[in-house]
Amino acid sequence: MVKMITPAEAVQFFKSNQTIMVGGFLNCGVPNLVINELIKTPLTGFTLISNDTGEAGINRGQLIHAGKIKKAIVSHIGTNPETVQLYNEDKIEIDLQPQGSLAERIRADGAGLGGILTPVGIGTDIEKGKQKISVCNKEYLIETPLHADIAVVYATYADRFGNLAFHGSTRNFNVLMPMAADIVIVEAEHILDEPLSPDEVVVPGIFTDYLIDGGAYGID
Amino acid sequence: MELTKEQTQEIIARRVAQEFSNGDVVTLGIGLPTKAVRYLPDGVNIIVQSENGVLGVGAYQNDTNRDCHITNAGGVGVTINPGGCCVDSLMSFAMMRGGHIDVTVLGALQVDAEGNLANWCIPGKFTPGMGGAMDLVVGTKRLIIAMEHTAKGAPKILKKCTLPLTVAHKVNMIITEKAVFDISPHGLVLREIMPNSSLDDISTTTDADFEVDLR
Repeated sequence: MVKMITPAEAVQFFKSNQTIMVGGFLNCGVPNLVINELIKTPLTGFTLISNDTGEAGINRGQLIHAGKIKKAIVSHIGTNPETVQLYNEDKIEIDLQPQGSLAERIRADGAGLGGILTPVGIGTDIEKGKQKISVCNKEYLIETPLHADIAVVYATYADRFGNLAFHGSTRNFNVLMPMAADIVIVEAEHILDEPLSPDEVVVPGIFTDYLIDGGAYGID
Repeated sequence: MELTKEQTQEIIARRVAQEFSNGDVVTLGIGLPTKAVRYLPDGVNIIVQSENGVLGVGAYQNDTNRDCHITNAGGVGVTINPGGCCVDSLMSFAMMRGGHIDVTVLGALQVDAEGNLANWCIPGKFTPGMGGAMDLVVGTKRLIIAMEHTAKGAPKILKKCTLPLTVAHKVNMIITEKAVFDISPHGLVLREIMPNSSLDDISTTTDADFEVDLR
């Protein structure tokens, strides 16, 4: 059985300057309960790995607004004018990565791979500082794995074994990040007393360290 | 007569819609490219893929079917057509990168006669990021750029892009409110002059040289 915790207990695992992964795509499938607690703490200096930085002041955007993020490794910041402004003023480090490469780098870490070979970014600025390799006369970039101290993800359903299932387009990065972090905290909208059917499980429970009952806090 | 922004976009979106074949798997950029689905010809049904993890994107949600857990890549609530499905980001980008998308339609800040595309960064001014665009353009079978011909009067179709590239040598076609160009190994080929434009108009608003081979 996976340990159930509260959002307030979840932030006890965090330390300043850690690398954290946060699931979600814009405002869809975002683990907001932990974010809401994290911004109340004095912790700071995080490196954020996420698809985007959400919108100004809401959801993941709160982390930017509260000045918690030193560096963000993301694919897009255009939806959050606060991130764009901080970036233009050199007050935050932004490492923009092609979204598919970002996803595969997270998977590579979780899957025990030394990286991935991708044609994405060849001939663009994304090449800078990266090794190139030729396979069968085609050029690829070597993209290295991404690992986090803590991953916080959303799930629509979780059972007591930590198995996760999803509704709609909430899967996004929530499915990959649990493989690539030392501590994995899952905010589930519905905690099921009966185990999920083995056929329904999307993320195997062995990746989940702690579960938060999102329903108890009114997430919908 | 000066076209309004809405009229301009509609002209482009209607023309883009003519490029789809029945059964195509299509990815559309946010904004103008997405509008093309409104003007699909009769008998043409396409499967729209959205990078956030929806295959078979349907109509926008309305008051009878709201569900905040199903959105398109712009974060707008959508429905999923029969036969569609939801996938994670790995599968979504495997579809794109792996060559499983028939047609991709994106906007551009700049596009050039060599088929280079720039649409993610204006250094020092605005850097929204590439999102999924770089992965998408690498794998797609056909890449169409749908955009207004100029930005505040300045040409966007250039001899050579000056902004950071999204992809090199990959654009197949450019559709604007003035013209339709193919991009051949030798450069731009003007294939259609849109009703509100003329060869003169296109020549003065296009930085790149082009061959004229109207169909």
